[in-house]
Amino acid sequence: MTEQKTSRTATKPGDPRVGALRLGIDVGGTNTDAVLLAPGGEVLATAKTATTEDISTGVSGAIREVLRTSACRPEDVGSAMLGTTHATNAILERKNLDRVAVLRIGSPAGHGIPPLYGWPADLSAAVASDVALVPGGFEFTGREIVPFDPQAVRSFLESIEERPAGFAIVGIFAPTKDAHELAAADLVRERFGDVDISLSSEVGGIGLIERENATVLNATLKAAAREALRGFEEALNAQGMTPRMLFAQNDGTLMSIEQALRTPVLTIGSGPSNSIRGAAQLVGAASGIVADVGGTTTDIGVLVGGLPRESYAGRMIGGVRTNFRMPDIVTVAIGGGTVIRRIDGAVRLGPDSVGWRLRDEALVFGGSTPTLTDAAVHAGRMSLGDPTLLSGHEDLLEEAIAESDRIIANAVDQAKISRELAPLIVVGGGRAIVPPDLPGVEVVPTPSHFDVANAVGAASAAIGAEAESVIPLDAQRAARVAELRREAIDRAVAAGADPARAEIVSIEETPLAYLTPPAVRYRMRAAGAIRPLSSSAVQGGAR
Amino acid sequence: MQIDLSNVDAMATGCAFLGCGGGGDVIAVQAAKYAIESHGPVPVISLDELPDDALVLPCADMGAPTIFFEKVANGDEGRLLVEEMSRVYGRPVAALMPAEIGGSNGLTPIVWAARLGLPLVDADGIGRAYPELNMIALEINGVSISPGILADERGNLVTIRSVDGPWMERIARAITVELGGAAAFAGYPLEASRARDAAVIGSISRAIEIGRALVEVAGDRVTGLCQHVGAVEIVRGKIVEIEGQVDGGFVTGSAIIEGSGADSSRTVRLEYQNEFLVALENGRPLVMVPDIISLLDANSGDPISTERMRYGLRVALVALTAPPIWQSEKGVTLGGPRAFGYSFDYVPVEPRA
Repeated sequence: MTEQKTSRTATKPGDPRVGALRLGIDVGGTNTDAVLLAPGGEVLATAKTATTEDISTGVSGAIREVLRTSACRPEDVGSAMLGTTHATNAILERKNLDRVAVLRIGSPAGHGIPPLYGWPADLSAAVASDVALVPGGFEFTGREIVPFDPQAVRSFLESIEERPAGFAIVGIFAPTKDAHELAAADLVRERFGDVDISLSSEVGGIGLIERENATVLNATLKAAAREALRGFEEALNAQGMTPRMLFAQNDGTLMSIEQALRTPVLTIGSGPSNSIRGAAQLVGAASGIVADVGGTTTDIGVLVGGLPRESYAGRMIGGVRTNFRMPDIVTVAIGGGTVIRRIDGAVRLGPDSVGWRLRDEALVFGGSTPTLTDAAVHAGRMSLGDPTLLSGHEDLLEEAIAESDRIIANAVDQAKISRELAPLIVVGGGRAIVPPDLPGVEVVPTPSHFDVANAVGAASAAIGAEAESVIPLDAQRAARVAELRREAIDRAVAAGADPARAEIVSIEETPLAYLTPPAVRYRMRAAGAIRPLSSSAVQGGAR
Repeated sequence: MQIDLSNVDAMATGCAFLGCGGGGDVIAVQAAKYAIESHGPVPVISLDELPDDALVLPCADMGAPTIFFEKVANGDEGRLLVEEMSRVYGRPVAALMPAEIGGSNGLTPIVWAARLGLPLVDADGIGRAYPELNMIALEINGVSISPGILADERGNLVTIRSVDGPWMERIARAITVELGGAAAFAGYPLEASRARDAAVIGSISRAIEIGRALVEVAGDRVTGLCQHVGAVEIVRGKIVEIEGQVDGGFVTGSAIIEGSGADSSRTVRLEYQNEFLVALENGRPLVMVPDIISLLDANSGDPISTERMRYGLRVALVALTAPPIWQSEKGVTLGGPRAFGYSFDYVPVEPRA
């Protein structure tokens, strides 16, 4: 600590090293990882510490460690990126959730499924205070379903007995036109002053119920988000740094603190995205397949143009259906501890694993359970324990490794996006199980630092945002598509991207059936490098 | 029999299967569950239980599924349809019938029946899904589509008398777009005695049976389905190519399935217009409309809609022989391969050797 203070006083104005480095932090359930990246993306230092309940202690320890081993100064760190599971945990544990009011705008449409329908009862009881469905909302064409009814909103607001911590406001077709959501937000502020408001148009795309669910979750997470930010900020300040802070979001991009406080629900699921992106980053690939071989399972994901491929369907979070699309991960029961059995003459792998008992139970360690680690040792893919202990099991182990290779080849092929040859990056403790040759892929040597891939993924990500709308294929189509592109880019810039470098990175077009003229649902994702800091803004990261 | 919370999920899966790629959806299931929870289970009766002159009302959603996902319906649309039809007909509606069992259209009538306290008859107008209003067994059997009624969540109600099915389709679709791209429709009103001959019988129990086979059978679900309901597995493999576009209000395209396992070295091309139309191998048709062609996730057994198809998906293509009415000359003319521009004749799918 003393050293750091000394070096800080030595900083001269215009020192090019100041603010040049990126610090990536991943707070997982067990470990908190940190990585320090040079401007070119080179790994300067990594650290792994135990996650602590208060976030801040664990993060602080990890930061101290990377500063120590890299001999860098706190002021050299210009940006700090945090990937965290705190939002997911808050929902799963029903902990630290705000009680919010839910206002849906769209009546007389929407009564067929009321707000919060299908939620686990304990969760809806924990988060929702008052619920209303008021007249308004839009058609996909932008015309009103019926006029917005300010008086209905006022009556609802007046009926609320206890001031809620926040409001979730959800208008039908708000992703296409948010005027009614904004009007309702004004009325809420008129009555309750400075209260947290989550608008569905900021949270998700087309699909009322799933977007509404996500908006309600978002509203309940505001306090938890502030707490996580405070912990992160304290940890950074404790190490003498005040970098710009960014949060990782579910699609593998980053958002600013301001944005993260508005849409904390978008931090859910950033872990798998960062892990895929980080592993690819470590081998310098923008596209490819990443296989993470653990003790029990292998997770295989794919990166396309720097972003993880998303699943088709939205994800359930804490028993609630949302429209968050997570990285599309193929999971197979192949891991270092996977138990091998012979049943009716055929070899069967797992799905159970000896897990952390590998060093007691595997044959090579003198145990009595044949595992895939034993099979990999027998196949000469790794050196571990005492291979002579495998004698007598040769046939079983050979059949097992052949079966494992077949399952992995199949899963890898399933993760590919086309027939083209793709790089395969294999990481994780059980990585030696994967054969050196697989059809359709080129196995890339495992990069160093793969054990902190999540933190690397967070530290190396771009700023991202998306926008979605249904656009009729009529004379206004080109103008509306251009408008949506601008909206996606504006959102990325608002989330912290450099306006000069933000661009559309993916366009998803889904044609709608049974409409004349036809219409297309457009979903645009924009991303861009982090806005460069002006020298005066270096200290202005938080808030 | 009744539809309640214990079998509505199985029914939804079965409807998605019979949707032939046109899609089922979670919104329609949620709306059905909410209606059942609020108003009680829906009795499903045989047409034989109704007096000969009882008025049966076929009904469905009309419009784009994506619009229904966003502009969730009110639920009261069914009452408007039923009251207006009773007024026009001068007789109360005795039971509702899904106009189309395939996709979400098999589920929406549950909402309306539950709310109105009406039974559903164990039958439907098609026995599968088809893209156009008039592609319905009732049309083949000479039931008039008129009067057709459209209703929306605001209470707008339009009664249409058209000269024939294609005109109803044209007029109703134009009105639906004006109503916001989604509306409730009832047409082909008919008496129970007529429905016994003109409708596809047993559709609801069939959907539930298919859904149970896919959801509840242990082991390989595709094989289970073939054993339980007589479906035929056409090919198993993965999707390696997809092509699609919007053409005159319909989503048309194709997918290439590359065989795997016992089917490796086979390549099957699956063509669709909202629903799956034809599967070809080396240019030779393997299976075609009006047979029920469905694409299943090879692992989970879930039916896959055309918009969910994408590279790498492991799939099993399966088919069920079309209901007899669709195999008749008129049926093949209305819903067979030539109706979709193909130049070959209908040959029913046969069990693989």
